[in-house]
Amino acid sequence: MDYIGEALLPGQIGHFLVILSFVASIIATISYFISARTANLAEAESWKKIGRISFFIDVVSVLGIFIILYSLIADHRYEYQYVYKNSGNDLESKYILSAVWSASEGSFILWALWHALLGVILIFTAKKWEAPVMTVLSLAQVCLATMMLGIYFFGNKIGASPFALFREQMPELPIFQDPGYVNRPEFQDGNGLNMLLQNYWMVIHPPVLFLGFASTIVPFCFAMGGLLTKKYGDWVKPALPWALLSACVLAVGIMMGGAWAYESLSFGGYWAWDPVENASLVPWLTLIAGIHTLLIYKHTGRSLQTSFFLIALTFILILYSTFLTRSGILGETSVHSFADLGMNAQLFLFLYVFLWLPTILSFTNGKSRLIGLAIAAGLVLLSYYRLPVVIIDVLGIKAERPREIAEIIGRTFPLVGSMGAIILLLVNLNKLIPSIKKEEAASSREFWMFIGSLVILISAVIITAQTSVPVYNKIFGLSIAPSEDVEFSYNRIQIFIAIIIGVLTATGQYLKYKETGKQYFMKKIGWPFLISAVAAGIILYFGNINYDKYGIGYLSFIWIAIACSVFAIIANLAYLWIGIKGNLRLSGPSVAHFGFAMMLLGILISSSKKEVLSYNTNGIFVPIEENKITGKTGENYTLPKGIKMDMGKYWVTYSGDSSHPKKSQKYFKIDFIDKETKEDFTLKPNAFINYKGNEGLSANPDARHYWNYDVFAYITALADPSKLQDTTSFATRTLKIGDSVYLSKKLIVLDTIQSRDSLPEELFGKDGKLYEARFSIFDPGQENSLQFSMPKLAIAKGESISIPDTLSNGSLILVLNKYDGRQAEVGVKEPNAIQDFLTLKVYKFPFINLLWLGTLIMALGFIIAMVRRIQVAKN
Amino acid sequence: MKKIHIVLLVLIVAAIAILISFMPSGGGLTTYESIADAKSKQGKVVHIVAKLDKSKPVEYDQVNNPNYLSFTAVDSLGGTVKVVYNNAKPDNLEHSDRLVMKGKMVGDQFECNNIMMKCPSKYSDDPNRIQESMNKTAK
Repeated sequence: MDYIGEALLPGQIGHFLVILSFVASIIATISYFISARTANLAEAESWKKIGRISFFIDVVSVLGIFIILYSLIADHRYEYQYVYKNSGNDLESKYILSAVWSASEGSFILWALWHALLGVILIFTAKKWEAPVMTVLSLAQVCLATMMLGIYFFGNKIGASPFALFREQMPELPIFQDPGYVNRPEFQDGNGLNMLLQNYWMVIHPPVLFLGFASTIVPFCFAMGGLLTKKYGDWVKPALPWALLSACVLAVGIMMGGAWAYESLSFGGYWAWDPVENASLVPWLTLIAGIHTLLIYKHTGRSLQTSFFLIALTFILILYSTFLTRSGILGETSVHSFADLGMNAQLFLFLYVFLWLPTILSFTNGKSRLIGLAIAAGLVLLSYYRLPVVIIDVLGIKAERPREIAEIIGRTFPLVGSMGAIILLLVNLNKLIPSIKKEEAASSREFWMFIGSLVILISAVIITAQTSVPVYNKIFGLSIAPSEDVEFSYNRIQIFIAIIIGVLTATGQYLKYKETGKQYFMKKIGWPFLISAVAAGIILYFGNINYDKYGIGYLSFIWIAIACSVFAIIANLAYLWIGIKGNLRLSGPSVAHFGFAMMLLGILISSSKKEVLSYNTNGIFVPIEENKITGKTGENYTLPKGIKMDMGKYWVTYSGDSSHPKKSQKYFKIDFIDKETKEDFTLKPNAFINYKGNEGLSANPDARHYWNYDVFAYITALADPSKLQDTTSFATRTLKIGDSVYLSKKLIVLDTIQSRDSLPEELFGKDGKLYEARFSIFDPGQENSLQFSMPKLAIAKGESISIPDTLSNGSLILVLNKYDGRQAEVGVKEPNAIQDFLTLKVYKFPFINLLWLGTLIMALGFIIAMVRRIQVAKN
Repeated sequence: MKKIHIVLLVLIVAAIAILISFMPSGGGLTTYESIADAKSKQGKVVHIVAKLDKSKPVEYDQVNNPNYLSFTAVDSLGGTVKVVYNNAKPDNLEHSDRLVMKGKMVGDQFECNNIMMKCPSKYSDDPNRIQESMNKTAK
């Protein structure tokens, strides 16, 4: 069939560029590798030239891929599946960028683009390191290009192309029977961008995070270059500024994700120990540990083995994180992983290649390298062809159980291969790099820096062990579910790490390399220590930090951690004068540590003093009589429209709403009045309602920021429109004594129903009854507004006769229809009003700004340190 | 003290910490259970993967208590249980295909403290669903 109206050319060019990028980066890898291995200078130079040209071709291709995808989305070319899935006509132009990297395929493009940029910088600055470093970087580009190929190779799909045509991906869709489908009215809009991603943070968080991810490869490349050229210590100097840059960008990227979660998603916080969050935190931790051991090496010649290991591990963990978040393996445990594209094997291979690369390079002769390669490849192939199961079949064992075990053993091969690679790397590094025999002094800076790095590494190992549960489930066929209390399961261990790191952050710089005199140390740290003790005392005494949900033991550790972080803040600030005498060029470490300690304090205080403002015992606050409710109290609060409600410290009114002109997004206006200060402000949380066929509600919070706390509100439920009463006729409600009903500006509570005895038999018959109900009616935001209404129900001679009651101003009519001694059916008529309501949660986060400010200061510290390390490397 | 000793010591501490983190008390790990198995484990926190039973009523009245939701869940083995969730009703409850619920059995009801909704994402590879949403676009 010939299709009409499709824009095929951009996709064909895009697809060609993907293949060009793939081929060019293969050539770059090979040429740079040969160049790095060739002793003859002229020959090495000519290979390097080929490497460069190929890499530049790759750079142009990746840039082209990005631009084409952007313009396809901007032009709404829905014949491309990626464009259809991830964008729509209603997108503002800034969100077109978000749409480019909103799904897995696009985010690989972003990653490759950053690699390309970093590669160009390295080509111009790395000098003698160019060939070995670019070999590794080009290899990574090969792997990334395969992720975008979208071709079939012996029946296996390799990669997912962002330029795949919708009709080719889903030919069974009836619309594609029509050759002119592109112009059909059904085809004029896309699926729309995921509602959660339509937020300004999603425009900047992914590029920064991916630059953080991408940049971890540079120190890795230098370390691999060190192995490749057998110059084991020389790579440290040029790698250090890159490691600092990477740590800076990755930290900012991660915290932007936190800010996104905090400000735009309804997770109720900036960090939830979600596997996707953990997966990006862990490489940052190992990178920080690695930076410290690199510094130890620079100053004392120790810890080179550990540095190699940590820098290699960092990039490997980035790939592990990529595997976890994109393979769909996290399944039930994460709220925000990518859609599974069926590329698990390929993603694993990407990880596996770079897991073995350091190990293979750490063998010194070609024969061992080949053996290593054979083992690595063998394990994966044997697992793929399910060797243990094949053996079982050959042996002719038919029983179920041995077969199951064989399956499990087969699945463990890649795991064994991965662990084996890490152990072999450690063994080889130990052989390659001579360690200094003499022990470092316990009073030396390097000793405690090493301990600190080890503690950070342990923190990373523990988080990884906990996050990897879905992987264990997959391999061993288990059904372990996440913890009963996920956040606490992490916090109760990480609090100890925080305490140790807090103390080391405070004191580390007051120690000298090689050896520190006791008197020197005491003299320098004395004042900072005393001031911190007083400051911490004040904060703990007046701060009212009494988060006793997990008992006094845990609370006391929070106190200790707060004291330690205060100590770290003050000691690092003081060090600017005491230690480096105000020389700002040297201030990087102090500034970074100061910022880090501030983050720590912000995290501890904001999470232990988080308050739920909307915590309530009743649906609607009812001041009179005890309202009988079903179930427990909770964090949600219902606001009827237009009624001033009492919410703890605030008077709150749901005063109105407005709709987005283009999208099905609604803004709610909630007015707050502080009861004490009388200060008033308005929050406008919004929600997407049934956006593009995604049934239901997706809420975006709004926050009021103060210097020391934030008030933060988001919608949790809206009134079901089908249940909103028609106000011109009687609406019936079934109520028990104590139940309440709200109407516009009014609350109605059924107080009592009394039955009258001794009724005149001539009127009521034998079993006659007369019920008299009493309702309290009031406006909770207005004093002295209480009114009563007393409708009656008579049962006379087998007939029910209701006697309605109308309020004196005629605004409300109540009628008692039925009463069975337990439940009453009540009719409500409100001649001229419409009712609406919403349910929301309101939180107060204190001192959250310490976390954001701390992040920025830490980033600044990294930059200062990086500038200094670049200068040192030049001289 | 030799460095290797410290390394060993720290490794031991780490091993203990990992073991603690996996222990079932407090913040420890739980398991995925069928409804029938969960019922036999009264009071123990478990995860249940089930569906909303649409033939039974969903009880949620924001006005009287926005923190009380109750509905009936049914799992793939046919077990059913009444679920009580002390929180706001997730708006897409009725449209979810699967519910991953964390909680414990108390008497004959499942007291749930966390529900994760697995919704059929619109670009799930179901052509009918895509066609349906395209038809909506045309209107």
